[in-house]
Amino acid sequence: MANDCCTEKNIVVFTCSGAANVGQAANQAAVELQLEGTAKMLCLAGIGSHNSGMIASGKGADRVVGIDGCPVACTKKALEHADVPINDHLIVTELGFKKHPYDGNIDREAVEKIKTEVKRKLSTQPLAPSSGKESGYTCSCC
Amino acid sequence: MKIEIFGTGCPKCKKLFENTQKALIELNLAAELTKVEDINKIMEAGVMITPAISIDGEVKAAGKVLSVEEIKKIMNS
Repeated sequence: MANDCCTEKNIVVFTCSGAANVGQAANQAAVELQLEGTAKMLCLAGIGSHNSGMIASGKGADRVVGIDGCPVACTKKALEHADVPINDHLIVTELGFKKHPYDGNIDREAVEKIKTEVKRKLSTQPLAPSSGKESGYTCSCC
Repeated sequence: MKIEIFGTGCPKCKKLFENTQKALIELNLAAELTKVEDINKIMEAGVMITPAISIDGEVKAAGKVLSVEEIKKIMNS
């Protein structure tokens, strides 16, 4: 959230939050990643609506995770369209889950697998330490 | 020109404010420069990572303490 100025690193996550089961699982995973403190969830709709604050927040993050439910890859394409770089991208159907209309029940297995995969990516490709320069670093003052 | 610095009051938010003041002086520009420290107002602007700077309602950068030169550049763009 916006008051997390003083966290050491700003890892953010965008999801398609799509209408199908895989989009909803991606959304739920992002919500839980935020609640667990792994990443901050930012609004893809803010990117699509050209909200300058949301776009600048994406660009200013140390690391951007994009989660798409299916290969249509709306998250990836929307971020690319706004010139927000994606460091880590995953597609839920490529994790072995089939896309179908959402029936109101979140697929917990998919949510857990998405979270595990995001954490694996974050741990196996760690961020470089902050440079400490006055300009170009994210807020990590406290 | 209306310039807003978004941040909840941390040292880097203050530094961005100071750098913006310096940029305005060096460019000899008159502008309305304000700090926005209210978390609700920060989020209303879509800013999720602070510090951030907005010029005439458009957020130009977030999550970074821009240097005086960088601020001058975005003011002239």
